[in-house]
Amino acid sequence: MSVLNEMTIAQAREALRNGETTSVDLTEACLKEIEGAGALNAFVHMTPEIAIERARAADARLSAGEAPAMCGIPVGIKDLFCTEGVPSQAASRILGGFLPPYESTVSAQLRDAGAVMLGKLNMDEFAMGSSNETSCYGPAVNPWKADERALTPGGSSGGSAAAVAARLCLGATGTDTGGSIRQPAAFTGTVGLKPTYGRCSRWGTVAFASSLDQAGPMTRNVRDAAIMLGAMAGHDGKDSTSADLPVPDFEAALGDSIKGRKIGIPREYRMEGMPGEIEKLWSDGADMLRDAGADIVDISLPHTQYALPAYYVIAPAEASSNLARYDGVRYGHRASLAPGEGITEMYEKTRAEGFGAEVQRRVMIGTYVLSAGFYDAYYNRARKVRTLIKRDFETAFAQGIDAILTPATPSAAFALGAMEKADPVQMYLNDIFTVPVNMAGLPGIALPAGLDRQGLPLGLQLIGQPWEEARLLNIAHLLEQAAGFVSRPAKWW
Amino acid sequence: MSAIDIETARRVAKLARIRVPEENLPQLAGELTDILNFMEQLNEVDVEGVEPMTSVTPMRLKRREDVVNDGGIQDKVLMNAPDAREGFFAVPKVVE
Repeated sequence: MSVLNEMTIAQAREALRNGETTSVDLTEACLKEIEGAGALNAFVHMTPEIAIERARAADARLSAGEAPAMCGIPVGIKDLFCTEGVPSQAASRILGGFLPPYESTVSAQLRDAGAVMLGKLNMDEFAMGSSNETSCYGPAVNPWKADERALTPGGSSGGSAAAVAARLCLGATGTDTGGSIRQPAAFTGTVGLKPTYGRCSRWGTVAFASSLDQAGPMTRNVRDAAIMLGAMAGHDGKDSTSADLPVPDFEAALGDSIKGRKIGIPREYRMEGMPGEIEKLWSDGADMLRDAGADIVDISLPHTQYALPAYYVIAPAEASSNLARYDGVRYGHRASLAPGEGITEMYEKTRAEGFGAEVQRRVMIGTYVLSAGFYDAYYNRARKVRTLIKRDFETAFAQGIDAILTPATPSAAFALGAMEKADPVQMYLNDIFTVPVNMAGLPGIALPAGLDRQGLPLGLQLIGQPWEEARLLNIAHLLEQAAGFVSRPAKWW
Repeated sequence: MSAIDIETARRVAKLARIRVPEENLPQLAGELTDILNFMEQLNEVDVEGVEPMTSVTPMRLKRREDVVNDGGIQDKVLMNAPDAREGFFAVPKVVE
């Protein structure tokens, strides 16, 4: 049998059901790997006692038979999900010491399905960042290397991506507001799925931009993403935006023929100055789908270039409202006050000490675009542009397009610290291919499709119709098989 | 091109309830200006007659019985408070 922690979720599921291994053994193997992987800084709060206890319970369930697919599978949980009695800080100093008395719906569903939580995973503070460098824990590090430099695993779900790529866990939860699942997946040679907005409950997940946030699975292959999504998805009365729709068997759709499926190639994604290797990866991907019987169709999504500026109005606006709750009164950090200072000073000092630079910047931008006199010029205009972005996709789907193929990111992983001197907008450009999907509420998946000339993974993105994750996963599964990506990072940590 | 001056940056920080030291205001004003200039591209788009998006996946909000379905967990509500006394959140004096 292969090394336990290196198994995919599907392999582990079979091994557990056949009695070839136990969840306790699997869990211990992962805990040992995590212990030796401190250099990756992926796990920031360990929960070994909870893990072993849940693994024992999973083994009991497995031997009784009828255990669900995720039963006994060790996973990591992004620090953005509130987990009962376990630190849940959104990688921010302002939530230092916070111990939620409740469990987020997504992590509760995984727990109830028998999944084993190993600990909490690093991320950008409040999920605001594309490199994991805004984390209060310091950045997670990409297990992939091109030379001696430490590379970013991407962000915001960088700890999740690094942990899955380094085989510290079999799968991890991520969240995606503008690309925070798909960009790190692309940077680490893993698979990341952002479901349709409303597919997974947002309850108990620390809010960044509520109209864009969506949780999803991060795994080593497409089948595992299908399995894990099945356990995470579903209607929740505690989130009024979660969809009351049946959750299909996503895995059952894998292996269907894609003959006659129409795959759109949006011309607006061919950005000026796009590196040749990204362009080649993209056209190779289209060729693979064509060889599998799909029709490749050129399409136009005319408002693509406006998605990023509109996003950087809407997301900070929502963030400034959502983050108003961090006031030092009910939970988390409170600044100490000098004699004579009152409640306003308490708010201002608490938030200055508790929020990092990028979070402060976005809260202030959000405050500005929502302030009197600018609301119409910025916020309302951005929401109108958002309507147009969504309409572009609807028009393509109405013409019979089943899925859209694009690159996942404009480059491979870059070095930690490389963007330090760049202005914030340079970092935002990382999300250029992923943000439109959030703006339109669509499902999107990133999967590894090749290596660049330095030997770093590059990803492709497939975008699907609303609620059609099963069809999207099937197309991604086919592309995965055709691309035959088997490279993995050499262990240096 | 719009520009955020130091006075505007100070006002935005105040509205956001984030203390920004006086010497950091020029840099903040510059960063906010860069981000706003990036957003200016939106002015190229013809949005005449377009409705601003309110919900990305149109669905009717679900209704439920108007009954109390939670509560009675004062200890849990207060357990993370930096300062809680006698069943209340405690804050610096607000009114004289």
